[in-house]
Amino acid sequence: MTRDPLDDFIDAAARALALPVEPDWKPAVAANLRATLEHAACVEALTLPDDAEPAPVFKA
Amino acid sequence: MDQAWASASEIAQAVNAGTISAKSVIDEALAVITARNPLLNAFTAVTDARARARAQVLDSQRAQGQALGPLAGVPFAVKNLFDVKGIATLAGSKINRDLPPASRDSPLIERLEAAGGILVGALNMGEYAYDFTGENMHYGPSRNPHDLNRMTGGSSGGSGGAVGGGLVPLALGSDTNGSIRVPSSLCGIFGLKPTYGRLPRNRTFPFVASLDHLGPFARSVRDLALAYDAMQGADPEDPVCVARPAEPAAALLERGADGLRIAVAGGYFQKGLFPEAHVALDRVAAALHANTEVDIPQAALARSAAYLISTVEGASLHLDRIRKRAKDFDPAVRDRFIAAAMVPGTLAVKAQKFRRLFQAELMKLFERVDVILAPATPCTAPQIGQKTFQVGGVEMPVRANLGLYTQPISFIGLPVVAVPIPLEPLPIGIQIIAAPWREDAALRVAYALEKMRVAAAPRPEF
Repeated sequence: MTRDPLDDFIDAAARALALPVEPDWKPAVAANLRATLEHAACVEALTLPDDAEPAPVFKA
Repeated sequence: MDQAWASASEIAQAVNAGTISAKSVIDEALAVITARNPLLNAFTAVTDARARARAQVLDSQRAQGQALGPLAGVPFAVKNLFDVKGIATLAGSKINRDLPPASRDSPLIERLEAAGGILVGALNMGEYAYDFTGENMHYGPSRNPHDLNRMTGGSSGGSGGAVGGGLVPLALGSDTNGSIRVPSSLCGIFGLKPTYGRLPRNRTFPFVASLDHLGPFARSVRDLALAYDAMQGADPEDPVCVARPAEPAAALLERGADGLRIAVAGGYFQKGLFPEAHVALDRVAAALHANTEVDIPQAALARSAAYLISTVEGASLHLDRIRKRAKDFDPAVRDRFIAAAMVPGTLAVKAQKFRRLFQAELMKLFERVDVILAPATPCTAPQIGQKTFQVGGVEMPVRANLGLYTQPISFIGLPVVAVPIPLEPLPIGIQIIAAPWREDAALRVAYALEKMRVAAAPRPEF
């Protein structure tokens, strides 16, 4: 079976962030991560002005 | 009165007039719940002693000549992420069973009870609200009253099943990305997701603070409006809820759709629709003479941004529980949160910047139209256990994609009424979307559709 290219990232991130990822959870975590990164790529491709304000505004 | 299908307003009128006592309403409601809940699995707790005590108080108040309020004697139930005094707030999880019982009701329960309503219990939901199916591995799936083998939709699955199945005329739920509108669509009932910041959310278990909304489900538009009106107003403990005077909508319903400019959402919102969703959308558009199609620019991007914000904020909320009690989560929820914890926060910040720009674009659109029609779900209720479906020729997970058409709308907090179109064999919902703070416009259009009998909550056979 081919190793999922996201597996190395998942292993490293799980170690760095102290996240418990058991071997049989990994395919579902990878599938979810892939879906999230696809959505993220759409957002990342957007060009925004430097002064764009995030939607939530904190008022002191 | 046929109480298992009576509206909240009919019950309240009868109780206020003294033709029926609150006690007999509650006795009947509890009997129906006892009989039907084993089929629907909508309730996780029935607050029978509390409900009977409350009914007794209302009946004595009436005997003393006191006014009881617009929801007098109306039984209602709440998604189990609302704090109910004396019960741990489960939010669909096993983990939250370990929380201490809530010390006080959510403000929305307090407000409905102040209007005469009677809480009868807490309702099943998808774990931690990260769900569009209504399935739950700890408590079993909520079941669709129109076909017990099908999903209610989620995450407010028990709310959809309880109202659609005639267990209560009124329920509350939450909607972060579609969790009121999806179950409304699949269970064939009306649901209102008000403007972001309209109703207070304190003393409920959150999911995504940036996007969480609360709202009512009912089988008639008048009942939705009565509940909504009773719940309006700021609460100092919720910094998102705006200090805005209540804007009652029930008295405006009779105006119907007169004077409102209504258009149909095209583009993104018509890609991937199953035939039944097309039939429902065409039927609603024809009834309202909505001949104009509008494009909501960058709707797909809005959906992606909402997805990102939800998953990152949700994972942030649950990170500690994921580290300490990963095996106590529903795996379908756990694996999404673990993946989300690995996503760089930079992306979510960018999504929040796009949110403001997307809102500005939509506000330009609302200079030309007052109400936009869009499907609530791509299809009618899938089978319980169904993992994927084909949307526009692409196989997608059901859990994450039933809210494909609701997610871009709640992303910028627009008020929406989901109206049920009673198709055979299963109903499906249409979103009536209005500009911020114009719940009245969405409710008026929904009311017009109900009067024309285009929208109606179909009664299931039991």
